[in-house]
Amino acid sequence: MKSITVYVPRDSTAVSLGADEVAAAITTEAAKRGIAIELIRNSSRGLFWLEPLVEVATTAGRIGYGPVDATDVASLFAAGLGAAHPLSIGVVDEHPYLKTQERLTFARAGITDPVSLTDYRAHGGYRGLSNALAMAPADIVAAVTDSGLRGRGGAAFPAGIKWKTVLGTPGAAPGVAGADAAQKYIVCNADEGDSGTFADRMVCEGDPFLLIEGMTIAGLAVGATRGYIYLRCEYPYAEVALNEAIAAAMREGWLGDDICGSGKRFHLEVRMGAGAYICGEETALLESLEGKRGMVRFKPPLPAIKGLFGCPTVINNVITLASVPVILDKGAEHYKNFGVGRSRGTLPVQLAGNVKFGGLVEKAFGVTLRNLLYTYGGGTLSGRPIRAVQVGGPLGSYIPESQFDLPLDYEAYAKLNNMVGHGGITVFDDTVDMAEQARFSMEFCAAESCGKCTPCRIGSTRGMEVIDRLVAGDEAVKQEALLRDLCDTMLAGSLCALGGMAPFPVLSALNHFPDDFRPQSRSAGLANINR
Amino acid sequence: MSTSTFERKPPIKLAELSNLSAAQRAAIDDVLARLGQLPGALLPVLHGIQRALGHVPKDAVPIVAKALNLSRAEVHGVVSFYHWYRSEQPGEHVIHLCRAEACQAVGGRALEAHVKATLGIDFHETTADGRYTLEPAYCLGNCATGPSLLIDMQLKGRVTPERFDRLTGVVA
Repeated sequence: MKSITVYVPRDSTAVSLGADEVAAAITTEAAKRGIAIELIRNSSRGLFWLEPLVEVATTAGRIGYGPVDATDVASLFAAGLGAAHPLSIGVVDEHPYLKTQERLTFARAGITDPVSLTDYRAHGGYRGLSNALAMAPADIVAAVTDSGLRGRGGAAFPAGIKWKTVLGTPGAAPGVAGADAAQKYIVCNADEGDSGTFADRMVCEGDPFLLIEGMTIAGLAVGATRGYIYLRCEYPYAEVALNEAIAAAMREGWLGDDICGSGKRFHLEVRMGAGAYICGEETALLESLEGKRGMVRFKPPLPAIKGLFGCPTVINNVITLASVPVILDKGAEHYKNFGVGRSRGTLPVQLAGNVKFGGLVEKAFGVTLRNLLYTYGGGTLSGRPIRAVQVGGPLGSYIPESQFDLPLDYEAYAKLNNMVGHGGITVFDDTVDMAEQARFSMEFCAAESCGKCTPCRIGSTRGMEVIDRLVAGDEAVKQEALLRDLCDTMLAGSLCALGGMAPFPVLSALNHFPDDFRPQSRSAGLANINR
Repeated sequence: MSTSTFERKPPIKLAELSNLSAAQRAAIDDVLARLGQLPGALLPVLHGIQRALGHVPKDAVPIVAKALNLSRAEVHGVVSFYHWYRSEQPGEHVIHLCRAEACQAVGGRALEAHVKATLGIDFHETTADGRYTLEPAYCLGNCATGPSLLIDMQLKGRVTPERFDRLTGVVA
């Protein structure tokens, strides 16, 4: 009898909800019933409210069941694998949450075994690199420039321009072991510290070859032979997957001294961060990679001119680099045809926090916040009304209902002092205390400041104190004026985005939800919603 | 002023200052032998030591500094800058509890209060019986299924106070 293929994700969200126990129960139950199965630990589709999502391959397609608990496994077998069951969601590919997305970067998410090179290639992997190997470096850079791809880490700087600068800058001798006399580097920023984001993690855990391919293409494009993935240490599962994938790529000749017989070289190494949010800032990250404290550097010189160990360095976010293979595979034009205005391509949006259907939604730019929150997100998990959403991580503004028709577009967001950032959307219901959230933004900035510049280092602590006095009603008018003045100083006077943007959530909370900062309405509000 | 009353003391030897056990010292030497030659080796070396010993002992600092040709101040600066490294031996189990916004939106603050009350400790502290050390984390990337925590590097999602009690078996 032919064995039945069963998929249980190894993605850490699925594991955090019991996927390993489910996988073990499936193996045990199959053995008990004498049913031959092949168990594949795939990655997550990004439909997180259904995790652990078990899939069974059938002639009609892959049938999904979720969320599955280990105690449900016996009943799945009793019903028959692939047959109707209360937990069945039908054919997973036909699920409206997935079917209406435009998945370019996440095309393989949840479908493949993340560390199987065979699977990767069978699903379109390494076609971009194969094309790039036949191209001149300047043409690869031109393709990335023409695609309109902008940095997905948050700053949205055009990737092609960064690459062009590195291509045009001669390499330097870094004076470290194993480096060339004319060394350049590719550095991947996988220090995804923003709350409400997990797209980088999903790529690293769920499709690591995609990132490896993107970085290899970047190396060919600018003449860099060495790359580092700076991964946050809070992502232990991603570390395992990336290292497994790098080892496989080395074995099969997709990395190393002679990539696919082309004579081109590229070596890749994973380096772990150590719990400092500031290391997501590119120059602090480079300091950290050099073995130092993550202190922000002055710019210029740009990392593209003098980056890691003083050498020209491309430093890009995971999603930026992971968007490159599809551009080289299907062409710049194909990628550019998605999106609006100067925001081209797709953005993997992450629906997080108090949301009913949380997960990953990759859509072309232009989709409205309302569409994302209600059509995909289904409103709040608690069933209460949405009061505010924070877009773009802990440095992003809190956005009220009145702005939910905003289209996803870097420029449209910036016009309202909002930020697309890394595409994380954290949903809060009407029990949220916006003064508490504002205070937390300052507290977070104080905890994570590198300490190099005064507005950030001192301003954040003073910000907490002023908010405390404001909320206590201690000369409130004066305190509010002081808080706004302090925010202005931080916005204009900080060295990097941490101090320079921490005021955004504070000011947006203050502007859109002023009642939360007034003692009288606070006590009334507390009574209303039983906080 | 005359300095003739000061006797010149012999230089301090590292070995005399060290409280490291022979096993700890061997583990540190092993990490340095494996990772010491990497470009920018300090973070990988400190991770290696913490993975082997559970913490980066204060007495490891001069050894690492010497091996990597850095000053002790530079090594201490790095150990103290990064939240992940700790200089004290942690409890049997280490819990990293997420404090960030996405977890706050689904009851993270209430969970934090429950965890602290149940364990009877604040962040960066270890229970008196040495069972648990509690550390804050600012996002574990599990933001659609929070509140989240890492316990001994195993990720747990949708952690209600009740689930926390089941996970730890601690009764308040």
